[in-house]
Amino acid sequence: MNENILEVEHLTQHFRLGRKEVVHAVDDVSFCIRRGQTLGLVGESGCGKSSCARSIIRVYDPTGGTILLDGTDITHMSQKQLQPLRRKMQMVFQDPYSSLNARMTVRDIIAEPLLAHHVVKNREQANSFVYPMLERVGLTREHADRYAHEFSGGQRQRVGIARALVLQPELVICDEPISALDVSIQAQVVNLLRDYQQEKGLAYLFIAHDLSMVRYVSDVVGVMYLGQLVELCGAEEIYSHPLHPYTQGLLSAIPVANPALARQKKSGGVAGDLPSPVTPPAGCRFHTRCPFAKPICSQEAPCMKEAAPGHSVACHLYD
Amino acid sequence: MEAILTVNNLKTTFLTGSGAVQAVRGISFQVGKGEIVGIVGESGSGKSVSSMSILRLLPGTARIDRESSIVFDGQELTGLTPKQLRQIRGKRISMIFQDPMSSLNPLIPVGKQVEEMLKIHHKELTREQLRRQVLELFGQVRIPEPEKRLKEFPHQFSGGMRQRVMIAMALANKPDLLIADEPTTALDVTIQDQILKQLRTLQQESGASIIFITHDLGVVAELCQRVLVMYGGLIMEEAPIDDLFENPGHPYTMGLMASIPALNQDKTGRLPSIPGSPPDMTNPPQGCPFAPRCPYARKICAAQCPPYVSLGENRRSMCWLLQPDAPAENNPFRKEAAR
Repeated sequence: MNENILEVEHLTQHFRLGRKEVVHAVDDVSFCIRRGQTLGLVGESGCGKSSCARSIIRVYDPTGGTILLDGTDITHMSQKQLQPLRRKMQMVFQDPYSSLNARMTVRDIIAEPLLAHHVVKNREQANSFVYPMLERVGLTREHADRYAHEFSGGQRQRVGIARALVLQPELVICDEPISALDVSIQAQVVNLLRDYQQEKGLAYLFIAHDLSMVRYVSDVVGVMYLGQLVELCGAEEIYSHPLHPYTQGLLSAIPVANPALARQKKSGGVAGDLPSPVTPPAGCRFHTRCPFAKPICSQEAPCMKEAAPGHSVACHLYD
Repeated sequence: MEAILTVNNLKTTFLTGSGAVQAVRGISFQVGKGEIVGIVGESGSGKSVSSMSILRLLPGTARIDRESSIVFDGQELTGLTPKQLRQIRGKRISMIFQDPMSSLNPLIPVGKQVEEMLKIHHKELTREQLRRQVLELFGQVRIPEPEKRLKEFPHQFSGGMRQRVMIAMALANKPDLLIADEPTTALDVTIQDQILKQLRTLQQESGASIIFITHDLGVVAELCQRVLVMYGGLIMEEAPIDDLFENPGHPYTMGLMASIPALNQDKTGRLPSIPGSPPDMTNPPQGCPFAPRCPYARKICAAQCPPYVSLGENRRSMCWLLQPDAPAENNPFRKEAAR
């Protein structure tokens, strides 16, 4: 049995825009997720975190690099070859409104993966999985014959989670699973995901832009900027000792729910806008917004190096 | 502090096929001159509808109760004709919306759209004067290369830049009151940070009052002086910003604060959460709207809506547990006193 459920090496995902232009959505990203652990990916919108997740789950065909799921190279597998492996890897989507089929009952939504993977032969057999799953995510049997529109956003997200968990996957990719939910509901969903992880020992790739929530759920956190991973380390470490200037800026931009502290912090944040991923800046992609940029930063791209044990960063300041 | 806006017993109802949705159920509050007031609440709490009611930017199915009163700078707004109201909208009270993409016309250059705002209320301005004012506004909200950018279309702007255009538009006629409805919710934290800093500076320069509507307590802490916490169409609690965070005066506020993980949150335990979901506003609870989810609820909470208890200057809260004769057992406010 592999220690890592997922290994991503030098993953690159480009999209063609017309004849000449190319969107550099993901460029040379490497990380791995251990069994039973959570890796959080953070970054601004457009930094490539969702593209990264979609390449891993093979919605896209990666441009380069390798993806190893439980030791098996799935980078260039055909969808047919992938089919049996998908049981190990499931996904929870951001928008609980558009990710559930409006014409299916909750029972059918949760039973579909079971039928698709031939775990059960018919809908009657599926019930023995659907009912416990519904209860596990905090819904009741009575909800099984209702349609998605009859539920609130938080309840819908529970249905989406039930659909992902019913196959007992080893890795669940959560692409902003709580961003669309109200604050009081977010905590419920996060607790549900964590409880289930402790029970079954599955791993999560947790994508979010809410840094405080990511710190809370993750063991390891990766920070992405314009398609590249710029920092990767333990969840505590990244918040107590952020090394990359971008991570530092990102952290200082989070509004603090404490008026006294908020008044103290005056400077910080990140100036300017995200450059276009079609024509990313040369050298370090962050140098256009970096307060510490040196001449070398605009010429040579820094590579990921271990600046401290278990703490990698891609920045010339730590050469 | 002198009030620029006084809202009294505002009730707004939407008539729908499945019954009347009582979005706002009788709220009263004031906004002082030059003050930044935050309205915090979750979706469906009535925070946006309250602000839309002030400018009557509501769909045809909405009804504002006859007894509601909205007094702006000495003038009652509820009885005004649409024509009279248009003299106020965008000139004396202006608004910034959540989604900067759908609030701008994609077919018109942004400079023209800001110009239009000026033209409506100042017909005497010449083309050159208009252009100069727009350039000045773009400079104020820190849009780089304003000369070039005012000819561009909304799709050529990033989300943060579009929101700056919206702010420029809202400030064009130097309003006395600015209503900002979740203006940073659709933006990234780094851009949100930039916009908040800018709003604070602009407010200090212009002295306008701001009503800032958000679901994010962090944003409120950074920007506002006073906060109204809304739930189920009612104001649960009103407090000056420091008091609210130091000493929340309502179980809902307490729950909301606890469910946001702090950056030093203990990771071993579960995150405190508020069980259940918000009430259905077609049939709102008879008593305190938060009672079904409140860990301290008693019998009376579900039966009858509690009156406001004053907790000091500009401070009130709606909770039975704050009544002098409330039992001390399972009462978060009594524990507070004992400590």
